[in-house]
Amino acid sequence: MNQPPYISGSTSVSVIMLKVLLALVPGIVAYVWIFGSGVLVSLLLASVTALVSEAVMLRLRNRPIMPFLMDGSALVTAWLLALALPPLAPWWLIVVGTLFAIVIAKQLYGGLGYNPFNPAMIGYAVLLISFPAIMTQWPAPLALAHAQLGFMDQVHYIFGRMLPDGVGLDAISSATPLDYLKTQLKLQHGVAEIWQAPVFGTLGGKGGEIVVGAYLLGGLYLLQQRIISWHVPTAFLLALAAMSAIFHLIDPVHYAGATFHLFSGASMLCAFFIATDPISGPTTPKGKLVFAAGIGILTWLIRTYGGYPDGVAFAVLLMNICVPLIDAYTQPRVFGHEK
Amino acid sequence: MISKLFKFHGGVHPPENKLESTSEPIRSFPIPPRLVLPLRQHVGNLPKIRVQAGDHVLKGQLLAEAEGSVSAAVHAPTSGVIVSIEEQPIPHPSGLPDVCILLQPDGEDRWLERKTIDWRHADRRMLVASLRDSGVVGMGGAAFPTQIKLRPSGESGIHVLIINGAECEPYITCDDMLMRERADEIVKGIEVVQYLLGAERCIVGIEDNKPYAASSMREACSRSATAIEVEVVPTLYPSGDARRLIHLLTGIEVPSDKRSTDVGVQVFNVATVMAVYRYFEHGEPAISRIVTVAGNVRNPGNFEVPFGTPIDNLLEAAGGVLPDTNDLIMGGPMMGFSLPSPQVSVTKATNCIIAGAPKMFPEPPPAMPCIRCARCADACPANLQPQELYWFSKSDNFEKARDYHLFDCIECGCCSYVCPSHIPLVQYYRYAKSEILVADKAKQAADLARERNEFRLARIEREKQERAAKHAQKAAGAKTETAGDDDAKKAAIAAAMERARAQKAEVAPQNTTDLPPAVQNEIAEIDARRAEATQEKQES
Repeated sequence: MNQPPYISGSTSVSVIMLKVLLALVPGIVAYVWIFGSGVLVSLLLASVTALVSEAVMLRLRNRPIMPFLMDGSALVTAWLLALALPPLAPWWLIVVGTLFAIVIAKQLYGGLGYNPFNPAMIGYAVLLISFPAIMTQWPAPLALAHAQLGFMDQVHYIFGRMLPDGVGLDAISSATPLDYLKTQLKLQHGVAEIWQAPVFGTLGGKGGEIVVGAYLLGGLYLLQQRIISWHVPTAFLLALAAMSAIFHLIDPVHYAGATFHLFSGASMLCAFFIATDPISGPTTPKGKLVFAAGIGILTWLIRTYGGYPDGVAFAVLLMNICVPLIDAYTQPRVFGHEK
Repeated sequence: MISKLFKFHGGVHPPENKLESTSEPIRSFPIPPRLVLPLRQHVGNLPKIRVQAGDHVLKGQLLAEAEGSVSAAVHAPTSGVIVSIEEQPIPHPSGLPDVCILLQPDGEDRWLERKTIDWRHADRRMLVASLRDSGVVGMGGAAFPTQIKLRPSGESGIHVLIINGAECEPYITCDDMLMRERADEIVKGIEVVQYLLGAERCIVGIEDNKPYAASSMREACSRSATAIEVEVVPTLYPSGDARRLIHLLTGIEVPSDKRSTDVGVQVFNVATVMAVYRYFEHGEPAISRIVTVAGNVRNPGNFEVPFGTPIDNLLEAAGGVLPDTNDLIMGGPMMGFSLPSPQVSVTKATNCIIAGAPKMFPEPPPAMPCIRCARCADACPANLQPQELYWFSKSDNFEKARDYHLFDCIECGCCSYVCPSHIPLVQYYRYAKSEILVADKAKQAADLARERNEFRLARIEREKQERAAKHAQKAAGAKTETAGDDDAKKAAIAAAMERARAQKAEVAPQNTTDLPPAVQNEIAEIDARRAEATQEKQES
């Protein structure tokens, strides 16, 4: 016999995750257009690894396999990680990162709903610390590359690290805008001068800014579908923009402006897809604002003063640690109670 | 008449399903061949039975009398013979049987002589006291004896009277139809209640999905001599919850640990005030009510049903249930409960019977883990954090659950309704609440027992001391004066206390024994400071 309430107006976890995947599609399309179709291979590799490792772990943990595979959360983790990694990264890098995300960061903590850290960001951080050289080796946008790799060339490169004859690594790769800015600033160049380099576009990195724009589009879809609330994207983007704008105003020679920070690196991906992970984030409205603003500030700090070009992954993980505290101190006033 | 509404947090919009039962007027209902009248149709004490098996009773005759302050009388809904008084299944979520009076109608439906009361010229106290014999209870579903809610607490102090016509649960339309068809009687009931409470202001709250009811009530109110405001509120479940409705209409937030009467507001359901009016004006006690029959029946609608009517007969009157019916729900689909059997009867709290089928109420998919999406928190009308309460209830962390205001949960079901993981959240909260209440009771009992035991031990010890002192005195001979007796007693008490203290020190926490000397010194220092502090406190 059923129990009250007898009716349900809810979607399901699967539908939520499916909509998140759907919202990533514009970004993926833009990605393929700008950087070539190699990313599709990474996405496939990550997806297969995630599903297989999730199934194995569920089996080992004596949990029902099908309902949890169908919930789509493993795929979301896999896609986010694949999109965060350099698209021509070797196959084993993607596999190792995904395994770490699913097995260690998710399943060993108890699976769906129990992971205190964002699994994709754990996978990313592990790879960044363990293989920093490969992790910063990004392909140049097709428009800037000196040589074009076809789909099969990219597959060969991902699986065998083999490039077609006569094509060197330099011909296809380039520093990311964030990376380039960082190294050039160290060489005592001013922001305005650095901005003249071909890797920069109108808002962020050349080409990259289009992918970022597509992520923004997907994020707006998630907002419209009420999959995510406005709190996290708004607070994150505002905090990041405020930090960069203030410092840019004070010292425009050494600090890049707000638009650049918003449209470079993983900012948009973080605002709408990573920091919005409900499981590893706070639940109260105020808590979401604090959490996301914290990520924004930390991201800017790490980008500006840290050792890595982008800071999203570490910022998210650091704020994940604070979630129980944030939740405890941001409890809203209950009806009929004094604050 | 458009005044400001004060929105409450959360709420949900379930499909209303109210049209199917409002296409026809309220239907009357032939007296069934047998009535089963539970004594427990209200909140409070069981009433005292005043009839025996074999008695012939008339319609409206008292069968059981209110017992104690919170109780309600039960009357015969028609004339007939008391067949027996025995345990029968009653409409309660527990499914447990309870004492019922079985009445065999004689078909004559003959009234007892009805005594009307001229309420306009009677003493308020007398009127409220007389309601004790009316059997009227809250008909919105709470079934709280009405005379208690009218008892002027500190000479009333009620400024605002709110009449609840929100009827926010899906399917239920009994109040809607009552307001459409009998608005004049409701308004007269409002006048009575407003007079009894001495409330300066009266507001009727009706959800905007009942336009006919609202216009009918507006018309009736315009004919009334007293100023009664009719407010149309947006349809949003659970706006019919008393505290939510008070806030919605007046902006007053009843404090969690207080009653609405403490802030000068009292709320009555439309059917309740009408029942009060009928008791005074026509001398009719509570013997019937309007019940919505909806869902998987051939001919859904509203019926005026005598209390004690078996649900079976009621469903027949609605054309019978369709073949795929697998559940009978009393109340609405959000807060109602499944009936243990179709043989249980309509009581004062029965506002709706829904025949359920798998196509209407499909079995929920297996629950998934909570993903902390906080949709429940967005939907909670009490602004609680249901996901935290779920976490604490599930892990038996009851103290935490209480800290997070578990007892402010009204079990409206909004959280479960929106949960994408399909977790039966309300059931977890009910479980935690009952566990906490049981633990509280056990603790109270244990505290009492320990106090008693300590007192007993102290008494035994004192008697022993006294005996010993007496013996010592005897042994010392009569030459010593008895003047030292008092001192000896005091000394004995002091000695006993000293022993008790020593004993306590012995059982002090043992994890401080194997510590390095430095730490032990520190602890000794702390203890000394603490002793000093307590001494100071005692001196001051």
